[in-house]
Amino acid sequence: MSLAVTDLRVYYRTLAGDVQALDGVTFGVADGEIMGLAGESGCGKSTLGKSLIRFDTRMRFVGGHVELDGAELPVGDSEAMNPFRFKHVSIIPQYAMSAMNPTRKIGKMTKELLRSRGMGSNGAMSELSRRLELVGLSDDVLDMYPIELSGGMKQRVVMVISTLLDPSLLIADEITSALDVSTQKAVAETLVGFRDRGFVKSMIVITHDLSILCQIADTILVMYAGQLAEKAPAETIVDAPRHPYTKLLISSLPEVGVRYAEKRLAGIAGRPPALLHPPAGCRFAARCPLATKKCGEEPPFVGVAPGHSVACWEVGTC
Amino acid sequence: MSTGHAARPLEPIAAEPAAAAPAPAAAPARMSGFREMLHFALRNRKLVFGLSVTLAMLVFAVVGPFLAHHPPLEYGGKLSWAPTTRDGYWFGTTLLGQDVYAQFTNGLRLAFIVGALGGGIAAAVGMLVGFTAGYRSGIVDEILNMLTNVVLVIPTFAVLLVIAAYLKVRGIMTESLFIGLTSWPWAARALRAQTFSLVSRDFVAMARLSGRNSWKIIFKEIAPNMSSYLFMMFILLFGGAILIAATLDFIGLGPSNTISLGMMMQLSVQNAALQLHLWWWFLPPGLAIMAIVGSLYVMNVGLDEVFNPALREL
Amino acid sequence: MLKLEHVSKTYRVGAFGGSELQAVRDVSFDVEPGEVISLIGESGSGKTTIGRMILRLSPITTGRITFDGVDVSTLRRGALKEYYRHVQGVFQDPFSSCNPIFKADRIFALIKDEFFPGVGGSEWRQRLDSSLEAVSLNPTDVLGKFPHQLSGGQLQRLLVARALLLEIKVLVADEIISMLDASTRIDVLNLLGDLKKRGLGIVFITHDLSLGNYISDTTVILRHGSIVEMGPTEQVFGHPQHEYTQMLLASVPQLHTKWADFEQAHDATAV
Repeated sequence: MSLAVTDLRVYYRTLAGDVQALDGVTFGVADGEIMGLAGESGCGKSTLGKSLIRFDTRMRFVGGHVELDGAELPVGDSEAMNPFRFKHVSIIPQYAMSAMNPTRKIGKMTKELLRSRGMGSNGAMSELSRRLELVGLSDDVLDMYPIELSGGMKQRVVMVISTLLDPSLLIADEITSALDVSTQKAVAETLVGFRDRGFVKSMIVITHDLSILCQIADTILVMYAGQLAEKAPAETIVDAPRHPYTKLLISSLPEVGVRYAEKRLAGIAGRPPALLHPPAGCRFAARCPLATKKCGEEPPFVGVAPGHSVACWEVGTC
Repeated sequence: MSTGHAARPLEPIAAEPAAAAPAPAAAPARMSGFREMLHFALRNRKLVFGLSVTLAMLVFAVVGPFLAHHPPLEYGGKLSWAPTTRDGYWFGTTLLGQDVYAQFTNGLRLAFIVGALGGGIAAAVGMLVGFTAGYRSGIVDEILNMLTNVVLVIPTFAVLLVIAAYLKVRGIMTESLFIGLTSWPWAARALRAQTFSLVSRDFVAMARLSGRNSWKIIFKEIAPNMSSYLFMMFILLFGGAILIAATLDFIGLGPSNTISLGMMMQLSVQNAALQLHLWWWFLPPGLAIMAIVGSLYVMNVGLDEVFNPALREL
Repeated sequence: MLKLEHVSKTYRVGAFGGSELQAVRDVSFDVEPGEVISLIGESGSGKTTIGRMILRLSPITTGRITFDGVDVSTLRRGALKEYYRHVQGVFQDPFSSCNPIFKADRIFALIKDEFFPGVGGSEWRQRLDSSLEAVSLNPTDVLGKFPHQLSGGQLQRLLVARALLLEIKVLVADEIISMLDASTRIDVLNLLGDLKKRGLGIVFITHDLSLGNYISDTTVILRHGSIVEMGPTEQVFGHPQHEYTQMLLASVPQLHTKWADFEQAHDATAV
């Protein structure tokens, strides 16, 4: 499968005006690729993930074009998106653990879900049992209420249900944030397992935790204030980032082995701009050590090396 | 779930305006909290309507009695006159020759007094019990809960009948006190639940770490956070007290030394006013009670919309 | 300075407290001036409960916590207030730590009311300014604003500044940066490092091993309420003895090493 997103713009309606949460992003995801979508809060990564499958009530589709496997994905039209959801594009939402109806047994909930998609449940249910086993959960889970399961178990159940119909594209929105370190590892590895077994063709993994992405993602796309900053293979982002924001971000992350006494890390001064009336040009300019006059004009997201694109005047044209 | 993890996403700023998330931190694009509320308050039709009717009745209750030509209980005039301008019997007379207008305005005034006193007492006791139970929890909470439940199931009419048998004269104060002491439980319960949810917030822990004692924390940190809730609760207690008083009066358990709206209705039914077509006797008090209590409840619904941003239309 | 001796905490659960839940079992450790000790554990490990017990927000079931030799659980009213002059805390959610209907600097007014009632306006303002400077905040940026008008990072610093207005000797930092953005986390963490250099003892509670490794001198690994491993940070991270610690270290996602490679390397040098 392949995903091609061109100049996608999605704004949020508020009393005070439109918040330009996603302002013209263009990128692609190849067949079998696990792309990590990283950035801090307010950068637009969750908005991007949501806009590819289902718009929030406050989100407004402003412009752009999305293509999935060569056919258009009508993201702006909720009705037209219906046949695509769950079958071609699926999502593991943020707070997936609370995404299950607490008054329904899991098996019943899944059957209702399948029926709402117009599918008979029998074949799918046996496949469901098989997959639950693969992720280390027994069949009994189907007979339980969500409250009887632990956080990690619920997460895995939701993951299996979301991928039941073998979607081409899976969006995983902050699925490891609320988990313990050991469960995080299990869940992340399960995710990769889905791709390896062919349950899912490609994935977009959204998280603020770059270190998890380094473990499981093939490429990483870094966003800042509603725009793309850099996209590169995972190792490149970590070892040789080119965009100033990415560089500063990576260098502010303490790793096991780095100690304050030996090497004092530095953060990035300032805060991301308010997206209600965003500044013209590069949005990172106010905090960027390399900023020049040229940054008043928005830098294009261009390739600097095979598979590596950056949106920065200082770097892009080198 | 875990206590040690960020179960919420990182600090929400501009791009994620979920339910009550504020405007971007750099430039607050909305008005200050109070002004914003006032802005919505004045636009809310329910609130404006309810408030106007209530205030109109209040003015009438304060000013009305002064305009009466005869004392409410005086058997002065002709019997069963329809409303007329003669002798100032604007609302007519009762079967026994009393001035309906005087009785009506007197009753209206009493209604507001009962509402304020009865509602006030219920609110005070409810707050005391509710705050303490919610803040303390543990054994204190269990005991107060039991107390609340017991008072809730006391058959109020039976108790009032017993009290009525012992007291020679019952005044409006006694009635208010009784209403206040029997209608606090549901307020206590609601406040306890609200207090529970606020006590676990970190700012209460911070207040404790600043050396504040419990009562100061309750009244200076927790109660202000619930101010809209407390306000609305008082309005409901006020309206409820008026309704209960009217009911008690109607079955004859009202104050024995004056006349109230409920008593007017009781007397009119006893004296077959409906059959005798003496509509001016029972219609005004009935409509008045309906108007006051109804407008209070409508006002409350409007207030809820004003205080709770999620209910407003954009 | 601050000493925990065989501290345990049992919760009574169920109607009328029928059954028991043991959150903390037999925990003992010391906090010395200028020392950062981190309590690291997953959810349910009891680390937050220990922090709350130190701050007298939760009663201790058995054991003793002493501060400069005085048993903390016996303190009442006036003595408790004195204790709070020396021991303070900062919590995980900066927005929940400030009463949302008041301005953020009310937290300072509370301290003034309770601890410094006699201090005059301008002298208080001076103390405030120097506190804010110590946490690298500009008074004009943060005073007179509501909590929602400030960022999480600014609020957390404000809360540390609040603690610095008193002559604190111990600060309990309970997951104070886990709700902050990655780029501001390190600045608040560095702030703790600076305070440590000034002689403050810090109890740093976190679930994130890399943060604990970065900032602390002593590390305590907790699991289900008990101490599994404790010692100088380099030792615990460099040569973990307990298999739980080893498992934790192996599960931490790292930037430059893949899980598989980490496991291989550690299997090769198996303890």
